[in-house]
Amino acid sequence: MSGHSTIHYKNPVVRWIDTRLPIISTMQVNAMDFPTPKNLNYFWTFGGILTLFLGIQIVTGLILAMHYTAHVSLAFNSVEHIMRDVNYGWLLRYMHANGASFFFIAVYIHIFRGLYYGSYKQPRELLWMIGVVILLLMMATAFMGYVLPWGQMSFWGATVITNLFSAIPLVGTAIVEWLWGGFAVGNPTLNRFYSLHYLLPFVLAAVVFLHIWALHVPGNNNPSGVEVKSDKDTIPFHPYYTVKDFFAIIVFLFFYAAFVFYLPNTLGHTDNYIPANPLVTPAHIVPEWYFLPFYAILRAVPDKLGGVIAMFAAIAVLFVLPWLDTSKVKSATFRPLYRQFFWILVITCIGLGYLGAKPPEGGYVIASRILTIYYFAHFLVILPLLGIFERTKPLPASISESVLAKHGGGGATAAAGAASAPENRG
Amino acid sequence: MTFGDLDVAHAHTDTQEPTRRDFLYIATGAVTAVGAAAVLWPFIDQMNPDASVQALASIEVDITSVEVGQSLTVMWRGKPVFIRHRTEAEIEEANAVPIGDLPDPIARNANLPADAEATDANRVFATGEAEPRLEWLLMVGVCTHLGCVPLGEQGDYDGWFCPCHGSHYDSAGRIRKGPAPRNLDVPEYEFVSDTLIRVG
Ligand code: HEM
Ligand code: FES
Repeated sequence: MSGHSTIHYKNPVVRWIDTRLPIISTMQVNAMDFPTPKNLNYFWTFGGILTLFLGIQIVTGLILAMHYTAHVSLAFNSVEHIMRDVNYGWLLRYMHANGASFFFIAVYIHIFRGLYYGSYKQPRELLWMIGVVILLLMMATAFMGYVLPWGQMSFWGATVITNLFSAIPLVGTAIVEWLWGGFAVGNPTLNRFYSLHYLLPFVLAAVVFLHIWALHVPGNNNPSGVEVKSDKDTIPFHPYYTVKDFFAIIVFLFFYAAFVFYLPNTLGHTDNYIPANPLVTPAHIVPEWYFLPFYAILRAVPDKLGGVIAMFAAIAVLFVLPWLDTSKVKSATFRPLYRQFFWILVITCIGLGYLGAKPPEGGYVIASRILTIYYFAHFLVILPLLGIFERTKPLPASISESVLAKHGGGGATAAAGAASAPENRG
Repeated sequence: MTFGDLDVAHAHTDTQEPTRRDFLYIATGAVTAVGAAAVLWPFIDQMNPDASVQALASIEVDITSVEVGQSLTVMWRGKPVFIRHRTEAEIEEANAVPIGDLPDPIARNANLPADAEATDANRVFATGEAEPRLEWLLMVGVCTHLGCVPLGEQGDYDGWFCPCHGSHYDSAGRIRKGPAPRNLDVPEYEFVSDTLIRVG
């Protein structure tokens, strides 16, 4: 990205390369020396965790692809062959299947981190929007991957989700048959999903590159939400955050390994160990857990087209979030009301996830409707109004000051005073 | 080529008149757009149902063994087709419903005009018959909501119930309650003889 580097390397080979292709200096500037706010907490380690999981998915996926066969009469058995015959096949498949789940755990934490600390606000709007694109690509990839083992949930999940497009007036049926390559989900569908499942992670990698590029223009947000004012506010990425990220990765992998080795099928659905049968729908179809909140929104709306629109709108609203939140203050630390609404939103999303796994009857439907309305109200009503009516707490003058205040190190605004009587300040 | 100095000079002056250069720009753009669309089409159309899929379009089913009150499910174009030998009670129940009470008042029967009403008789009309054979109901067993296969002899209307998101169909396969927007589709079919049906 940068042109000629100003870094002069002593090693002649390194210098020879870098003057012709400044990849070494670019890495040094962006991954080693990169000035990073000194107050980042552990919620900032999920970016690194996510990058690692994209890598894990690509490596394990490539290996699975060496043993997998994408054909309706062979796919299910080829996955069982991976599980039983291929050396360490069980491990690689469990890493891949649970890797998808942990990828989503990490991305949801990463997104809620952004919501809490206002990381989507100016000047990081585009960075945030690229992030939403990443979420959509992840969803498409995971959805198509789940179809590949060709079990009952694969088949019926694919049927229900592709049928969403049939809600489109006039051209709906034509679009769905185009997606299927037939009159129902079948072999052409499995083949094209395999092709796309292989492709999309690499598209994802390219978009992640753009995401990091867009991050490195304004630099990181931080828990105080106050922008970097001077060199005193930052520390170099390496070694400070490489170590912190590394530690967080180890802890996260610990949980991942617990699932891969001891609970490998807990997050999946038993029905997917029954080969796909186009004549019998399982009594209770549920998507993978990471889609449940959206599935609950789909089912909350009694109208077919309306349900589909609501489900897509639940993500689309995130694209315009930077313009819906009218408050200038970024971090929820200084927004007493927003902080409470943030937690209500978290509970709402978890509640929707719970309801998405329940049968669509009686009280569950009513609860899904209430939570769906609240979800949209949070973004479309509460956030625009909060910016006008909320009395925010006074912001620290700089990141350094906020750190010192927090640790009682004196400074211009002592923590205790500021917290107990913020209105008397200044 | 002749668009040399003279035309370049034109392009740089502030004349509002369209020049020959403007014409060339637009013509080039238009041809490029048409060419791009023509190249794009095969890349899109290859995903549509192919010749081998289309070739499986019709099947014949022997219904000799299906007694009153029984159903048969066959595969047609990769989808289940329900063939039900209805009981008197089921026929009467379906007949008793006023059209005005139906969420979808259209027959959805490919053997009848597209605007035929969803009466019970219109739901069981086959191609080439003078009178409907009321006891035989034949339809695609795919829920019109999101494509699950409804379960037979269930639901609040003695017909089919879709477990996926709770759609209830009556004994004529018409949607009565739940998120499904349309009655179950009746495909093109005909009685080759009293015991043989051709679907598609
Ligand atoms: C963003 C990255 C990826 C995600 C989120 C993802 C997700 C998934 C999921 C959820 C499954 C179903 C697992 C199961 O229940 O059996 C799956 C299967 C599969 N994936 Fe991926 N995947 C990713 C990348 C890749 C890549 C890059 C490849 C190939 C190079 C690949 C190849 C496969 C194959 C062959 C299967 C079928 C075997 C099986 O079901 O275990 N995946 N993927
Ligand atoms: S697919 Fe039948 S109710 Fe949704």
